[in-house]
Amino acid sequence: MSDTSMSRQRRPISSYLLRRPKVRLLGLLALPMTWIVGVYILSLFLLLVTAFWNVDPFTSLVSPAFNLENFRLIFTNSAYIATSIRTLFIALAVTTVCVVFAVPLGIFMAKIASPRLRNALAVAITLPLWAGYLVKVIAMRLVFTEEGFFNWLMAPLGIRGPGFSIPIVILTLTYLWFPYMALPVYTAIRQIPPILFDASSDMGAKGFVTVYRVVLPLIVPAIIAGSVFTFSLSLGDYLAARFTGGSTQMIGSIIAANINLNPPVAAAYSMVPITFVVIYLMVARRTGSLERM
Amino acid sequence: MLRLSRTARLMLISVVCLILLFMYVPLFVLILNSFNESQISGWPIRGFSTKWWEFARTYKPIRDALLNSVLVASGSVIIASILGTLVAFAMKGFTFFGKGTVNILVVLPIALPGVVTGVAFSNTYSNFLSPTGFNIGYFGMIVAHATFCIVMVFNNVFARLRRMNPNLQEASADLGAGLWQTFRLVTFPQFRTSFAAGALLAFALSFDEVVVTIFTAPPGIDTLPLWILKEVGRPNQASVVNVVATVVIVLSLVPVYISQRLARAQENEN
Repeated sequence: MSDTSMSRQRRPISSYLLRRPKVRLLGLLALPMTWIVGVYILSLFLLLVTAFWNVDPFTSLVSPAFNLENFRLIFTNSAYIATSIRTLFIALAVTTVCVVFAVPLGIFMAKIASPRLRNALAVAITLPLWAGYLVKVIAMRLVFTEEGFFNWLMAPLGIRGPGFSIPIVILTLTYLWFPYMALPVYTAIRQIPPILFDASSDMGAKGFVTVYRVVLPLIVPAIIAGSVFTFSLSLGDYLAARFTGGSTQMIGSIIAANINLNPPVAAAYSMVPITFVVIYLMVARRTGSLERM
Repeated sequence: MLRLSRTARLMLISVVCLILLFMYVPLFVLILNSFNESQISGWPIRGFSTKWWEFARTYKPIRDALLNSVLVASGSVIIASILGTLVAFAMKGFTFFGKGTVNILVVLPIALPGVVTGVAFSNTYSNFLSPTGFNIGYFGMIVAHATFCIVMVFNNVFARLRRMNPNLQEASADLGAGLWQTFRLVTFPQFRTSFAAGALLAFALSFDEVVVTIFTAPPGIDTLPLWILKEVGRPNQASVVNVVATVVIVLSLVPVYISQRLARAQENEN
């Protein structure tokens, strides 16, 4: 007893803090919350504020105002609307392609491959995630360029690639984000109890029927969790479009082009991907799939 | 068991092969092109040469860019490690009003598109800070990177703290150790591998980041991805980009290796 009382005297701060959890919590959260709120959330808020501002036509400097002109522009100008729709379409297409390939891959890994092959495949799918974003974009650029690998490979068949265009952007984004879909889908298929496969088979279901009626319904949460990544990451991307899309413009392309010329328009247009992502997250959350992430 | 016909099996196998080819062929095309003698990358490769490797080895802009990348990543990791660990401790040890919000706040910088985060920072720096005479310059990149790196450290440390035995800390306090002493001698040794793994992920994330960097880098300063970005557009030295990209691919294997080792160390600890 005397020992503790002695150490209490020796460590006044510790014993003070030990008796006051609220002060401890405050001490823990003060610094990180000041940083995130004071730096990041404030910046997002200032971005929203800037969306209502003007650019002075004479000095080309941003000047405070309150007008809805920038928002009117992005909701009525056909180029902005077309870009929003195009970007949404690309993001959904990427997600679809990822699902279409992730499901057979997951079934093969979980149900057919030997444990060794399964582990090797898991590593093979994860490894490119580390290889660097830009590296992968320029790798795709090299494959699909006019004098590139794809045209060389297909030349004997008389096929030529489409050149840098929307399909190649979709392919590049699929290439970038596929592991985010493949891994949760594979994990989910592995977690399906083997008895369910036996039961389905005993009742006479063939492979495809089992996949369609047993596997697919059970892996929907994993697909939604993966799609949060493939969808949001594609939606905000613009470098894939810049390097493999030819003249294809995405939402990010227009934001990036405007940030120096006309920051208020860039700010207003930034609200579009934020809205899309938030809506998507809310829908995904309602399905209860996000708890698995 | 899943009953599949022969044709179904063959189809599955071909899909898997197609996926693997799709994932690895572009990387090999890129790596082989770094040995392309021609200035213009393409396929098939015109002639084998290591001249672009020689060129890249001594080319100053590449070295500067690499140094910047390492500096920015190190700075952000130091900030993010401290902040992420603090949040992890708050989320582990306490229940409080607004806990869910804190969680969202930590994840938000990585959940929102990079272009939005980048534009938000750029807008603050150039339209709000600069007019008041405060030029954030180089530090602007580190601030932005640190913000989205916090979640990496947080996730790793939090996951470990949840599985830790809280009695040990209480025992340490009962034995008269102060909070700092308990942290240093009892708590930290238990989560240091997760801490290192989180810091490593944060480093890799920052090193690879390009979109936020585009908007926050001061004029004339390039990180490695920014340098690649600028060069890809130019036709002149395209092959040297492939050399740098190949180096990035090889460097990326280092954190993979270290994280494997850390994961094994973590298993042994449990």
